[in-house]
This record gives sequence, structure tokens and C-alpha cells, in this order.
Amino acid sequence: MTAPLPLRGAEVALPKIDDRALIRYAKRSDGRFAVIGIAVLLISMVVLLSMIVDFMVDGLARIDYSFFVNFPSRRPEQAGILSAWVGSTLVMVTTALLAVPLGVAAGVYLEEYAGKNLLNNIIEINVMNLAGVPSIIYGLLALGLFVQTFRLGQTILVAGMTLALLILPIIIVATREAIRSIPLETREAAYGLGADKWQTIWMYLLPAARPGILTGAIVGMSRAIGETAPIITIGALTFIAFLPPPPVGLEFPFINFQWLNSPFTVMPIQMFNWISRPQAGFHINAAATGLILLVMTLLMNGIAIWLRYKIRAKS
Amino acid sequence: MSAGTSARIVAEGGKIGGRFAIDPGFLRRRRIVGFIMQGVLFAAAALSVLVTVGIVYVLLSESVSFFAEISIVDFFTDTQWTPVFENPRFGIITLISGTLMSSLIALLVAMPLGTILAIYLSEYANASLREIIKPFLELLAGVPTVAFGYFALLFATPLFQIFLPNLSTFNLLVPGIVMGIMILPYIVSVSEDAMRAVPATLREGAYALGFSKLQTALRVIIPGAFSGVTAAYILGMSRAVGETMVVAIAAGQQAKIAWNPLEGAATITAYIVQISLGDLPHGSLAYLTIFAAGLTLFVMTLVFNIVAFWLRRKYREVY
Repeated sequence: MTAPLPLRGAEVALPKIDDRALIRYAKRSDGRFAVIGIAVLLISMVVLLSMIVDFMVDGLARIDYSFFVNFPSRRPEQAGILSAWVGSTLVMVTTALLAVPLGVAAGVYLEEYAGKNLLNNIIEINVMNLAGVPSIIYGLLALGLFVQTFRLGQTILVAGMTLALLILPIIIVATREAIRSIPLETREAAYGLGADKWQTIWMYLLPAARPGILTGAIVGMSRAIGETAPIITIGALTFIAFLPPPPVGLEFPFINFQWLNSPFTVMPIQMFNWISRPQAGFHINAAATGLILLVMTLLMNGIAIWLRYKIRAKS
Repeated sequence: MSAGTSARIVAEGGKIGGRFAIDPGFLRRRRIVGFIMQGVLFAAAALSVLVTVGIVYVLLSESVSFFAEISIVDFFTDTQWTPVFENPRFGIITLISGTLMSSLIALLVAMPLGTILAIYLSEYANASLREIIKPFLELLAGVPTVAFGYFALLFATPLFQIFLPNLSTFNLLVPGIVMGIMILPYIVSVSEDAMRAVPATLREGAYALGFSKLQTALRVIIPGAFSGVTAAYILGMSRAVGETMVVAIAAGQQAKIAWNPLEGAATITAYIVQISLGDLPHGSLAYLTIFAAGLTLFVMTLVFNIVAFWLRRKYREVY
């Protein structure tokens, strides 16, 4: 019988690790980081909050009925945003009518029809790239193409088209995500009933994707309503003391589209114009306009977030 | 209506007696409609390519006219930018320096804040806290840029001037910081996306080895999501470079080499706005400058976007 082998390592003294101290240290550092994380969150929340408060302090008192029904004026106390909000509304209608159908159609194509080939690959990468192009470049496109080459002038139609192109990627991406999240069974059930591809899309997929598409459309519109740079670039006038011809009239055919070719101003442009003036009175007007814009975009984004929440709760 | 219409297709031509005979005319019409719709949808998707082609065409064709008169070497080496003066000089370097200076300040603000928030969101925050943080970031991202401009010029700059008496009314520092807050949601969402793509097994392995959450985040998650987090920074930079209203309002319009962030300097975007507000005749040299400047801006953001695209695809491939 041989003596039992000494266990290897038995003679080596293991460094003594105080694991409790390690755990304590880990917990402490975790706790510290959580505090830092919350602090960063609070900092950014404070920035947004102080911005809202700043706009309220500067501009809330200026918002009354006359502010909405007066044209811009040389005297800040008498100036209003009538032409700006009417312009914004008409430009938004034009943008929505162009961007939503186009964006949904492109999204459906990419999600449902596009096979794996070079052309579709190009389209796909292109949409992603367009989302990253600065908005002012869209303005230069509109200036060079719509205003100078097609001679469409600095009109509501041109502004609507420019902003529609700008928000197209947002709507395309939202449509694709909405369609992708529809369960496979819906599609299979439709095919099982004898529907062909287009019927499946039109009767089943699009209705099911509607809330998601709506969310994307709202986010896109809230982006468009605050966009300033591309509209400045096409050379929109900043002093507009008249309204576009009304879209509805008393004479036959009751509806006309002359307003599309009318010069215009929009709220962010009016606000920018007032900021650039030296008099403090105009800064108050700018703050009031900014407050209205801020509330509108926050509301629109809030609705979009709520919609998304509802969609998720349902599925 | 949707379910009913589809069901009718089958029943419509069907005869009672177990056999279905679908009206061939209906099938033919349906095929034609499907074919036409596919064409329409394709046209809509192809339009997006036309937009890019249009952008490149407009920028290039106007820039070609510009560079026919101004040498491209002068454009990139001259240190003065005075296109509407008696003796016009065209040194885009001045505008590029203003653009890069303000964007770098934005990035210096947004990088640490964004990374901390992204780690917090992906590794620390529980579901209910996420339900607060993510909508908040979305709201922040939705604020119109012109409102940020007002805030930078009339609120933040006077505030900073209390601590920095040397700060000019128009400066690069404050718009830079405000832009940093602006691009924060974007950086958080892209880098959190990358951090969440790191497989749970790596995270669990780190915990099993006794790592704390912070150690896991710093030594496993960030290295694992490195390319994605870098992509987030680059995309943020690209956003800041193309951002217009904040700098147009609060950074001033003086084109000069921007050494000092406490002073104002024009950026490429601010210059384009400045010229667009004036009434320069179409085809004049100063009018053409905005397209040359726009082309420079487009190329800069395109390079950033391509690098970021490549980096993001890389982490998608790894996991």
C-alpha cells in the first residue's frame, strides 16, 4: 500500500477572498450607477420641463382670441398668427394626402411583394438613407426641382410636397412594422378563404395594420408641422397678411383648389421671423407661437404613444 | 365588409351541389386588378429612389455651375467666406469648422448622457420604469427644432452668461449643448437597441462569474454592443451636423474659422437659411453657393450614415 498522494495545491495557500466584501462592493457600485442613471434622466426631463415653463412664462399671457384672428403686424401687440395657422393647416392637409397613401403603398410593396433582388435591395437601403438626410437638403431639392425647374412657385402645394417627401420614410417604416406584426394566421385564413394576394392585403392586412399606420402618420405629421428649414429654403415669404382663397365656396362646384397655388406662411416660420427681430415684443409673440406648436406636437406624439400602447395591450 | 367580400368570391359562382365553378371573368378581373396594384405599389416604392436621384441631381448640377467659376481647391483651402461681398471669397472650411464645432459639443453632451441612459434602460430599469422613460424620450424627440432654437437663444444663453461672462449672445457652446439634448433620444434608442441585441447567455455567464450589474454592463454589454453603440454616436453626429434651426437662431451668421465655442460662427445649415431668407436672383454665384454648401453637407451626412449602417449591420451579423 502506498501512502495517499498529497492533494495538489494543498500546499499552496489560496488567497483569502472576502466574498461578502465583494458582494457589498458590487451592490454599492450598482446602487451608485442606478442613482446616476436616474440623475441623467432627471436632467433631461428638467430641460424639457424648463423649456415648457419658459414658453409659458414668456408667451402664455399673449395667447388670446385676437392672437388667432390677427394678421402679422409691425406692432407686436397687434400681431397675430391667423395666416400662419391657416397656412400650417392647409400645408398639413396637403402633406397628409400625399405622404400617407404613398408611404403606405411603398411600405406594403417592400413588405409583401419585394423579393430578394438587387432592385429591391437598392430601394430598401435608399429608404433607410433618406431617413438620415437632413431636412434642409429636402428644401434644396424642392428649390431646385419644384420651384426652379417645374416653376410651381413658392406655394402651399410645393411646401406640402416637400414635407411629404420628408416624412415618407417615417410612414414607410411604420407601415412595414405594422404589417410585420400581423399574425401569420390572418394571412393564412385569408388565403384559405380563396382571397388572392391583393385581396388579402386590401381586406385583411391593411385593416389590421391600421392602428400602426395611424401611429406612424401622426408621428410624421407632428414632425412636419414643426419643420422650418425646408420651407425657408424654398423661399416662402415670412410676411403674409392675407389668407389663401377658401377651399369651399358658395358657387358651383363649391370646392376649389386654388389655395394650393397660394403663397403662405406657417407657424414655425412666423415664429422664426419673430425671434429674429430685436424688439422684445416680438419675442413674446414668438414664445406664444412656440407654446402652441409645442403643445400641438406634444399632444400628437402623446396620442401616438397612447395608440402604440393600446396596440401592444391588445396583442 | 372585408370578411364578407372575400367569402363571396368562393360562393358567388358556386353551384349548390358540392361543386364550385368560379366565374372565369371574375378570376380574370381579379388577376388584372392584382397586377395593376402591384405596379402601383412598386411605383410608390420606386419613388423613394427618385427622391434620392432628385437630390443628387439638383445638388450636383447646381454645384457644377458653381465650380465652373470657383476652383474646388480654393473652395476647400480659402479661409474666408464672403459670397455676397464686393470681393467674394468662398472658403467652405469656415462653415465646416462651425458645423463640426457645434456638433462635437453636442456629441460631448449626448455621448455620456446617452450611454448612461441606454445602460440604465437595458440593464437596470424594470418594465414600469421603461414605460415612463421611453415615452418621455419620444416626446423629447418630437419637440420642433425651432422651439429648441428659441430656448437656446433666449433662455439657455442668458443663463450660461451668468457663469461665463465672456459668452457672446450668439455662440456655438449653448446651441451645441441644446443640440446634445436634442439628439439624446436618438442616441439612446440606437445604442439601447444594440445592447439588447447582446445575447442573454453572455449576460447570464457574467452574473454566474459573480459580476455585478455595472461590471456586466461595462465589461460584457458595452464591448459586445460596441459597433452598435459607435453607430449610435455617428448617427447622432450626423443629426447634429444636419440640424438647422438651433444653430441658425442661436449660433449667429458670421462665417469664420470656429476656434472659440464662446463666440458665434455660421454653420453650413445656418448659411443656407441666411441666403434663402434674402432675395438673391436665381443663377447668381451667391445663389449657387447654397447648393455647393448643401452638397458638402449631404456628403458629410452620407458618409456618417454609411459608416453607421455598416457598423449596425456588423452587430446584427455577430449575434
